[in-house]
Amino acid sequence: MTGPAGPVFATMAAVATLGAGESQQQEVELARRLVAGEPGAFERFVELFRNKVFQYSLLMCGHREDAEEVAQDALFKVFEKLDQLREPERIRPWVFRIARNACLMKRRKSVFAPAQELSLDELMPQAGDDGGQRKLEIADWSALPEDHALRAELRRVVREAIEELPEIYKTVLILRDIEGLSTAEAAEVLEVSEEVVKTRLHRARLAIRQKLDWYLRSRRGEKPAERAN
Amino acid sequence: MSGAHRHDSECKRIFALLSEYLDAELPADSCDQIEAHLKDCPPCLEFLESLRRTIELCRGFEPGELPGPLAESVRRELRERYEKALRARESQGAA
Repeated sequence: MTGPAGPVFATMAAVATLGAGESQQQEVELARRLVAGEPGAFERFVELFRNKVFQYSLLMCGHREDAEEVAQDALFKVFEKLDQLREPERIRPWVFRIARNACLMKRRKSVFAPAQELSLDELMPQAGDDGGQRKLEIADWSALPEDHALRAELRRVVREAIEELPEIYKTVLILRDIEGLSTAEAAEVLEVSEEVVKTRLHRARLAIRQKLDWYLRSRRGEKPAERAN
Repeated sequence: MSGAHRHDSECKRIFALLSEYLDAELPADSCDQIEAHLKDCPPCLEFLESLRRTIELCRGFEPGELPGPLAESVRRELRERYEKALRARESQGAA
C-alpha cells in the first residue's frame, strides 16, 4: 500500500457503486406485480422476502427457530397491511420495518439485551514508530487469502464479527451493507435520523474491520495490539 | 500530515468520516479535504484501504442459510390475507 494516491482513490470510488441496484429494481417490479394481482407474483414474493427476512432475523436473533417464526409473523403482517402500501418502489424499507418490529417482539419475549455503545477511540488502530515514520499497527490487507478454504474461513470470521456486533449496530450493517438499503431507507426502517444511521454504520464497519485485522495478524503469527471492545 | 505524525486531531476527524467518504455521501469540499489529507498521510490511506476491503467483504457476505419449507397451512393463510388485501385495494380504488 502507500502507493500513489490517484489510482487508490479511483478504486475507492468504486465502493460506492457496489450494491444491490439491479436486484432492487427487480424487487420493485415484483412489488408492482404483487399489488396488481398478477399471476405468479404472490409465490415469488413469498419465496424471496421470506428468505430475506429469515436471513435478517437469523443474524439478529441468532436462533434458527426464532428466525423462522419472525419470517412467518412478518409475512402475515405484510399481507395484512398490503392494502396500505402506496409506493411499491419502497417495498424494501416497508418489509424490513415490519421484519424489524417482528424481531423486536420476538426478542422481548426471550432476552433483554441492554444497548451497548461502540467507542470510536477503541476502534482506531494504535500507532507505532518505525524509524521516525509513523506506522499503524494493522495487518497487511493487500494479502487477503485467495485460497478457497481460506476464503471460507474469512467468511466465517465476517459472520462471527457481524453476529457479535451490539444490536443497534448490527441491524444498520445488515440493512445497509448486506441488504443494500440506502441511508434514507435504513433510517426509515429503524426510525432514527440519517445521521444516526451513518454513525452506527461506520462504527459497525470499524468493529468488523478490527476483528478481521486481528484474524489476519494472527494468521501471520503477529500479536494484535489493538484493544478489544 | 506532518512527518512526526501522530493521531492528531485531523487524523481523528478524517477517521470519523471514512465510511461516508467511501459511500460517496460527503459534500465535494469535504472529499477534497480528505483526499488532500490522505495524499500526505500514508497511515490514514492504509487504514482507508483496510476499511474499503471490509465493506467489500460485508457486501459480498451471503448468510447462506435458508428457512425450511413453508407449511401448506401457512401458505394458505398468507394467500387468504393477500386476496383480502387485493379486494381492499380494489374497493379503495373504486371509492
